Amino acid sequence: MSLRPDLQIIFDWIPAGAHILDLGSGDGTLLAALQQHDVTGYGLEIDNSQIAHCIESGINVIQADLDQGLPQFADQSFDYVILSQTLQAVKRPDFLLDEIIRVGKQAIIGFPNFGHWQCRLQLVFGGHMPISRTLPNRWYDSANIHLCTIKDFENLCTDKQVHIQQRCIVDHAHQDSLGIKIAPNLFGEIALYQIKKSD
Amino acid sequence: MPDSIPANSVGLVSPQTLHIETPITLECGQALPAYDLVFETHGKLNQSTSNAILICHALSGDHHVAGYHAMEDKKPGWWDNVIGPGKAIDTNHFFVVCLNNLGGCNGSTGPTSINPDTNTPYGPDFPIVTVNDWVKSQAILADNLNIQQWAAVVGGSLGGMQAMQWAISLPERLKHVLIIAAAPKLSAQNIAFNEVARTAIKADPEFHEGYYASHDTLPRKGLGLARMLGHITYLSDEAMGEKFGRELRHDSINYGFDVEFQIESYLRYQSESFAEQFDANTYLLMTKALDYFDPASAFEGDFAQAVSKIQAKCLVISFTTDWRFSPERSQEIVNALLSENKEVTYAEIEATQGHDAFLLPISRYHDIFTAYMKKVASEVIPS
Repeated sequence: MSLRPDLQIIFDWIPAGAHILDLGSGDGTLLAALQQHDVTGYGLEIDNSQIAHCIESGINVIQADLDQGLPQFADQSFDYVILSQTLQAVKRPDFLLDEIIRVGKQAIIGFPNFGHWQCRLQLVFGGHMPISRTLPNRWYDSANIHLCTIKDFENLCTDKQVHIQQRCIVDHAHQDSLGIKIAPNLFGEIALYQIKKSD
Repeated sequence: MPDSIPANSVGLVSPQTLHIETPITLECGQALPAYDLVFETHGKLNQSTSNAILICHALSGDHHVAGYHAMEDKKPGWWDNVIGPGKAIDTNHFFVVCLNNLGGCNGSTGPTSINPDTNTPYGPDFPIVTVNDWVKSQAILADNLNIQQWAAVVGGSLGGMQAMQWAISLPERLKHVLIIAAAPKLSAQNIAFNEVARTAIKADPEFHEGYYASHDTLPRKGLGLARMLGHITYLSDEAMGEKFGRELRHDSINYGFDVEFQIESYLRYQSESFAEQFDANTYLLMTKALDYFDPASAFEGDFAQAVSKIQAKCLVISFTTDWRFSPERSQEIVNALLSENKEVTYAEIEATQGHDAFLLPISRYHDIFTAYMKKVASEVIPS
């Protein structure tokens, strides 16, 4: 089974046998692939129409709204909590981050980088909200209500005393490049972080 | 009456009766020396007896869960839309069993049965039965059908509570449990509604302290009122509005107390037909079984401790406009299962129909039901 490139990166970061919580699990593809590596856990998904797909994928899924936090889970009850491409769509990303590092010993968070040069150009010279390959919707019909840049996210981590263990900044094809290495916040389109609560 | 049996129906079915001579001691301390369990089966039990599904019925349900008893039947069994060839519980793969619960009034021993001590109907002397008693008697039926382990125990509402109790009390005897539109126990409001229903029945002058049979009458008014009240709690405001609105039976209002609005007419019709078919003493018993249901009580009130016994994989389903057993009540079940690290899937179905939704063919609900039962089939049926 071949995974979407960003999910493949997350997949590679999760060790076999881990107990995970996949927030916004969609059709369950990632967790189903991980279960082949003795990973256990749950998917959380708000969309009722995805639940049947998750069941078909063979994962345990809980229909829930991330804006309500994660009150159903105890502190540090998962090895990893995964949040891919969803942070920017919740009402309070900062509260969700608190919840994620509360229930997960570690977390993996991925989001589209709003600091990418194309976004900046569209805003500065076009004078309109950016539309790009990673952000295809218009401002009024987009689920992405809290877009952030790589710098914003890292500042939030600093404020929250969240330790960044590793990060992976890539373009829309999930490729690395020299430009991204030199100026990730300008050339990176998708950011993935592995984080944990500071000791 | 069906002109012809639909291709995805289980077709014509005949109930069977299991007569048990071994006494059963009930949770209340009383015993029944002998009793009958009436049940229906659909599909075929496979050689390894691994494909059996138990369906538990709700308050006013019975064993007639799918298909028709006769070509003259106006309606099929109460859950015909999920049970049959190609349906969510596919009888091409599964062997489905549904029984009338002990204390019921459709064939299994209950208040309308003859009390061997007096040679008259038990009436109000029939002992109080609980969800635990039902699970116990259902397990006896399973033994008699040679079913050691159910592929799944499935139920909605009070049926979902039985399914949950199965998973807690006899964890090794089921592989999956489907708990639909249920709750870990009744709330004060739920009990209050039940008490109003019981009061309505007992206040009927024809009730005669429950001995209406020996007076050759029925507490139709009281039971009808109880059913009316129940019916309101099964529907959502939205569903009632959609179905009836403020529609009048005739063109204008009459400034009187006769039936004028369609909703009044509907409730009267429902209650009158129910009062002819259902036994009032059974209704009292069923509401008591609901009130007493509290699996946590055997674990010092710790519900998580109760569900820690569960070995089955769980599917919990709720409906957004169900206010009798709301999604929050199902979430309590899910949260307890999560706290014990159990295998659980939870879906909250958007539906306008209120508590009744669990009986209705709502496509998103049935998609989830079907997907889950396919997973059950893939696990339990040897290829």
